[in-house]
Amino acid sequence: MAGAHTDTSLQRWFNRKGWINVTIAAPYVWLVLFFLLPFVIVIAMSFATRTPTAPPFSFGGEHPVLNTAHYARLFQDDLYIRAYLTSIANAGLATLLCLLIGYPMALGLTRVSPAWRNILLMLVILPFWTSFLLRVYAWIGLMGTNSWFNKLLTASWNWLVPTDWALRSIPMMNTNFAVVLVMVYSYLPFMILPLYANLEKLDRTLDEASMDLGSRPFRVFLDITLPLSVPGIIAGGLLVFIPASGELIIPSLVGNAGQPMIGRVISDEFASARDWPMASAVSVALLMLLVVPIMLYTHFEGKSHEKRKEGA
Amino acid sequence: MRRRSTFLVTMLCFGFAFFYVPILSMMVYSFNGSRLATVWGGFSTKWYVSLLSNRQILNAALLSLKIALLSATMATILGTMAGIALARFKRFRGRTLFSGLVTAPLVMPEVITGIASLMLFILMAEWIGWPASRGFTTVTLAHITFSMVFVTTIVHSRLSEADAAVEEAAMDLGSRPWQVMKDITLPIISPAIVSGWLLAFTISLDDVVITNFTTGPGTTTLPILIWSKVKLGVTPDINALATITVCIVGTGVAIAGVILNRAEKRRDRDARMAYQANQ
Amino acid sequence: MPEPARTADQRAATTVAAFPGAQLPQTSVKAPPFIRIEHVTKRFGTFTAVSDVTLEIQKGEIFSLLGGSGCGKTTLLRVLAGFEAPTEGRVFIDGQDMTDLPPYERPVNMMFQSYALFPHMTVEKNVAYGLKHEDMTGAQRAERVREMLDLVQLTEFAQRKPHQISGGQRQRVALARALAKQPKLLLLDEPLAALDKKLREHTQFELMEIQEKTGTTFIVVTHDQEEAMTLSSRLAVMDKGRIMQIGTATDVYEYPNSRFVAGFIGSINFFEATVRTTGAETAEVEVPDLGGNVTARAIPGLAPGQPITLAVRPEKVHLARKRHDLPNTFPGTVQSLAYFGKDSLYRIVLPSGHVMLVNSVNARRAGEHERVADWEDAVFLSFDPAAAILLKD
Repeated sequence: MAGAHTDTSLQRWFNRKGWINVTIAAPYVWLVLFFLLPFVIVIAMSFATRTPTAPPFSFGGEHPVLNTAHYARLFQDDLYIRAYLTSIANAGLATLLCLLIGYPMALGLTRVSPAWRNILLMLVILPFWTSFLLRVYAWIGLMGTNSWFNKLLTASWNWLVPTDWALRSIPMMNTNFAVVLVMVYSYLPFMILPLYANLEKLDRTLDEASMDLGSRPFRVFLDITLPLSVPGIIAGGLLVFIPASGELIIPSLVGNAGQPMIGRVISDEFASARDWPMASAVSVALLMLLVVPIMLYTHFEGKSHEKRKEGA
Repeated sequence: MRRRSTFLVTMLCFGFAFFYVPILSMMVYSFNGSRLATVWGGFSTKWYVSLLSNRQILNAALLSLKIALLSATMATILGTMAGIALARFKRFRGRTLFSGLVTAPLVMPEVITGIASLMLFILMAEWIGWPASRGFTTVTLAHITFSMVFVTTIVHSRLSEADAAVEEAAMDLGSRPWQVMKDITLPIISPAIVSGWLLAFTISLDDVVITNFTTGPGTTTLPILIWSKVKLGVTPDINALATITVCIVGTGVAIAGVILNRAEKRRDRDARMAYQANQ
Repeated sequence: MPEPARTADQRAATTVAAFPGAQLPQTSVKAPPFIRIEHVTKRFGTFTAVSDVTLEIQKGEIFSLLGGSGCGKTTLLRVLAGFEAPTEGRVFIDGQDMTDLPPYERPVNMMFQSYALFPHMTVEKNVAYGLKHEDMTGAQRAERVREMLDLVQLTEFAQRKPHQISGGQRQRVALARALAKQPKLLLLDEPLAALDKKLREHTQFELMEIQEKTGTTFIVVTHDQEEAMTLSSRLAVMDKGRIMQIGTATDVYEYPNSRFVAGFIGSINFFEATVRTTGAETAEVEVPDLGGNVTARAIPGLAPGQPITLAVRPEKVHLARKRHDLPNTFPGTVQSLAYFGKDSLYRIVLPSGHVMLVNSVNARRAGEHERVADWEDAVFLSFDPAAAILLKD
């Protein structure tokens, strides 16, 4: 080969497959150092003892080497349990609403003409590219007691109900309702996009086959489309539920401070109370409760899916 | 038979109204002469003037851009490597752990990533003296870490879809690994690399939580600044900032959309012509 | 009145014996057509997929729509199933106007090319699916499913999912599912296309057997001429949305009515010719490429001097080293030959330079140098006047 004579030493090294080691090692080392190691620290920290020194923790000495007091406190102080429950309730409700709004939207997107579809998909993604904070801020403006939106809602409420139920304004800010509403707004694209990807791939001849065998359109949806879109529903649900359950910004801006979500508790323990071990224990508990089961589920689901594919 | 369901069309309209009414409302109020969100004080551009003369905001925006550029580029390099490693090297020691490490940041609540990174940086400063203080360096390191996995996901899926036989064909025709990488693999994944970089850039530019934990005094990114302003209540210059952001992003997306649309149309036309030529 | 089951050979024999243009016995002239497609046109924007098609199909027939990709055969099938509304024209089944009925209200079922089996349901559930909407008890439903699985010999696979069975088995599930509702008309879209060659031949006969057992009217869409010819009682050749010819396999093969049909089915040699003289039985045409006149079977409406196409099937040409005193004999040279075992294909160069294909059955066992003709040999080819087909377009 003519090219072989002009290889630089870099190219020669590359050709001897040295690059394979670098390609694997560089990101691997990075992730171990900056992602895995911090989590090992978090787990270790959850067994440490809080001290007034800087950094504010210690292992051993006059303190127990493995201090499990923080985990015990998770069950003793109902602040934590209530925070977990609030998080799960808010995140679950937001996920459900995202599904109820996002599913028909995703299905609608698969039914419009390709030209429209591209434009509408862009419009779904567009808010995602603008700042997350600004989107939350937009709702702060709308939900305030004197905003046009609140006045509009108040007026329609007063028109709807008997006069002694009338309200001067609808209290929206600093409630769990506000948290759920803004979470739905922020995470809706994460529900629509995987659902759309799933629904778009469905074989439309299955719908036709079902219709051919006597099913009306809604029956076709129940028998064919819905069961086959379960993977999309799960993917979208996880993409909404996981960040929503650990959400910090939205509750801190529009939520009820008296009913904190777990993200807020972790942040407060860490920054305000400077109780690193407690913050770590709460984090580990959140991981064990939510993230680890979900990761295991997706791992095994992916494996069995691959097997099904191979079997076919 | 294409019967469009009225229900689906209604839901689409409702959904897009839900997406865009708050944004449009914010844009309208950015021209409000009154300080109060409730009163329409006449048309005015004074919030734009005050925004653009606010050095604090401009500095924060510049800092955010610098961090985003740097971290997106690094994240793209590392993330692409990881994507190639996962898609093309089926067997190496520790592959299971590696694929776990690549997916875990995607499902990790940001608060936890934030405090974990912060503890790491404090302990590193304690033990090895680097990074000595928290600020630009620590924020950038954290951003690279959690945005590289998004690049990996995109590159990995693109490369798994591509036919590995193309690379084998190049090798069969006498290309060395270096040439295969340069002539075949990188061109195939280049769209994925570009969208990966864009995603990493946006994520970095938009991040509040992890930045909040890993930043130090004197390093205030734009999202952190907005957060601290918004916590105090409604400030009309944020409306102006939002309007500018939406306009920039909207224009960018529209241009990208037109370019993509043209490319798609050309591809369709070429395919049709090739098909007709075959008839 | 059920017909006695016939083997394929017997069927072929009746077909060959039938007078060209006549219909098979089961298509009695008196009976009103079971399916009637009246002037159906389907346009997508400016593209006309089906253009003014009129067809009548009798009860119990296997009717094939044969044509290349994009000829409109699948669109016509989808119009019958109700997935596409025709732009113009009407569709009647058993005397009922079906044109405006949605697919779920038609007594028509379809076997899809991709089979379209529901991946999340077992074989049994797939077959039972259409019965959900029928007015029958659970026991009746179970009985029907059992019968159908029996018919396609899949009883032991009832609890499997579609991805756990083979391609041939999937095809049979699709058939059982479509037949379970006992439709008046079964539409089959490329029913054998996804199967490999061996399985295809076997399945062909199985399909015919099942059709005879159930007596259902079948309309088959296919691009495979052999499949259409063995399966169907009659077939329609389609091109560019139009029906070019309707008839039995023999009609279409031996008596094509156009260059398109002649060329689409089997291989054939075409020559430009001019009519010289015409008679009641035969016509004389001048063929410059053959270097002489050809006596051919006459077709109506010929006039001397008229330009016309002469078509001769390769297997109808006789090849010899010596000149025999036969009509339509011309000299040529063997340019190349391909030996297939049971027959050989010769490419013969005529003095005009034109190449003619000749197919010769290797009826005699012979070594390489003993065969009818070898490379570069000078030969004489001849064909019967009845084998010479005249085509106006």
